[in-house]
Amino acid sequence: MSDEPLLIVDNISKTFGGVAALSMVSLQVNRGDIVGVIGPNGSGKTTLVNAISGFVKPDRGKVVFNGHDITGWHPHKIADIGLTRTFQVMRPYYSLPAFKNLIIPLFSPRAKRTGGWRGGGKMGSRDTVALDILEEIGFERDSYVPYKMASSLPTGYLKRLELARCLALRPELIICDEVFSGLSMSEMASMLPLIEKLQMEGISLIMVEHRLRELFRLANRVIVLNFGCKIAEGFSSEVMELREVKEAYFGSEDEVLEYV
Amino acid sequence: MAVEQKDRRKERLDRGIKVRSDGVYAIASWAEISYLVAPRLIFILGLLAAPILLTPVPYWQKVLSIICIYSLLAISFDFLANYVGLVSLGGGFYIGVGAYVAALLNMKLGAPIFITIPAATVVGAAICTVFFLPCLPLRGVYFAIVSLMFPLLAARVIEALDIFGGTDGIVGVDGFSSVWMEQYLLIIAVLLSVFFLRRMITEDVGLVFSGVKDNDQAVKASGINITRYKALGIFIASSLGCFGGAVLSHIYMWAGISQFALDFSIIPIAATVVGGGGTLIGPVIGCLILVPISELLRDFGTLRIAVYAIILTMFIVYKSEGIMVFASRKYEQFERWVSI
Repeated sequence: MSDEPLLIVDNISKTFGGVAALSMVSLQVNRGDIVGVIGPNGSGKTTLVNAISGFVKPDRGKVVFNGHDITGWHPHKIADIGLTRTFQVMRPYYSLPAFKNLIIPLFSPRAKRTGGWRGGGKMGSRDTVALDILEEIGFERDSYVPYKMASSLPTGYLKRLELARCLALRPELIICDEVFSGLSMSEMASMLPLIEKLQMEGISLIMVEHRLRELFRLANRVIVLNFGCKIAEGFSSEVMELREVKEAYFGSEDEVLEYV
Repeated sequence: MAVEQKDRRKERLDRGIKVRSDGVYAIASWAEISYLVAPRLIFILGLLAAPILLTPVPYWQKVLSIICIYSLLAISFDFLANYVGLVSLGGGFYIGVGAYVAALLNMKLGAPIFITIPAATVVGAAICTVFFLPCLPLRGVYFAIVSLMFPLLAARVIEALDIFGGTDGIVGVDGFSSVWMEQYLLIIAVLLSVFFLRRMITEDVGLVFSGVKDNDQAVKASGINITRYKALGIFIASSLGCFGGAVLSHIYMWAGISQFALDFSIIPIAATVVGGGGTLIGPVIGCLILVPISELLRDFGTLRIAVYAIILTMFIVYKSEGIMVFASRKYEQFERWVSI
């Protein structure tokens, strides 16, 4: 069981009208891995996330998570078996205080089953569990930050709140859609150890990122997408040396020479 | 003058007594306790005393029952629209289903009133929920249009198939033994539903409901089946409507297709706009204003729709927040001009 990959994405394709957002993309995530997904704008990264987490139904291919074939399942069922995601555009409940945002995931069937976070759940009120999770993820418990309205929180905290929403479900795999984008250097620096801690706790991660340097510090493996196709996969340091990847990011040398 | 106005702005601050009575320390003094309790007590005791005060005018006692039925519908509309995010125009459908279920139980099975009303509430709400189930993925105005179709469709189907007594309806349903029972049943139902819904929306399940309204994607990503919660919301709302419908059929001693009337879909919305959406008490206040007006204008026939429209337009233009929001702001905050 533990030898088997946690997530197998097998040749999934998705077209929107005539545009092939994804074509024949495959990837595997082993338990405890951090897999990076990179690629230029419009290369299909977010579509890949949507297709895995059920928000978009792939036209072809198969997604297997933890032994379940989850292709075409509803998003809530996928989240229920332990595959959660964050949103690139943060989606907190703006009208609620930060800690009340976590009440909703803590109310889900999965959170009730897994007993909340670290022996919480039925043992304490959801508010207490929510504050625990927020402290875990870097909201200072004794400060006023967890009690502030989500609409008044800065981006850094909102990104953490997105992660916290996933953690409340005690997931096995989190797909992070650009958690580092829009953060300042210091916010990012404080985010890195958090992600490492999650990995040490046995949570696998797929990280879709534009911030390559931070990603390469974390990821075991990196997958490069371009125009919906997987063009490279490998160890972080090696991938960027590949010719195809350089072309995708910087344009090909031949093209440049043509213009000169 | 214009220049002067430019240099100042209105500042709103919480009244001292509001702040003092926010926490548990409110019980420290009678002033604070009465500040909290007085408005609620006026509302509750006022409603409870209304039938007694109206004894000399039996006609207005009947109007009070109708007000309560509209109030139940308006509360359910407000709850669905502002806490679950479903703008439902199915008020007529709830009333009609409740009325027909109660009448059928009473006529076919001979069940007495104290069984037909609770049974119609639960069974009717279940029927409404099943009918609305396919429409739940719709949102906003699309859901509103589909929900408006149901009362119209039900009336036409009963007419065309000539079932449940066809256009004549079901005549001869048991009436209430006394007018007091009818009035207090409805008033207590209104008070209880306001109380329970206002409690529920601040509980954890209420947060899930408002999550479904604000941000359904994030709720899905949290592993919660939003269709289930929307269905639960419809069940709660339609049970209020079906209760009203069941009582209505016993008041009129008759259930017919006019109980699928559009009035039951439209007036609750108007009442919610007038009273203030999202407050759950506002819709009741709105009904207390609008339904008597519509009774007073009964002599004018269809012209009352015009008067209605004017009142509604005035409220939307001049006080779009509604009476309840406006009043509670005045009660809790004071305003002053500050120069900038």
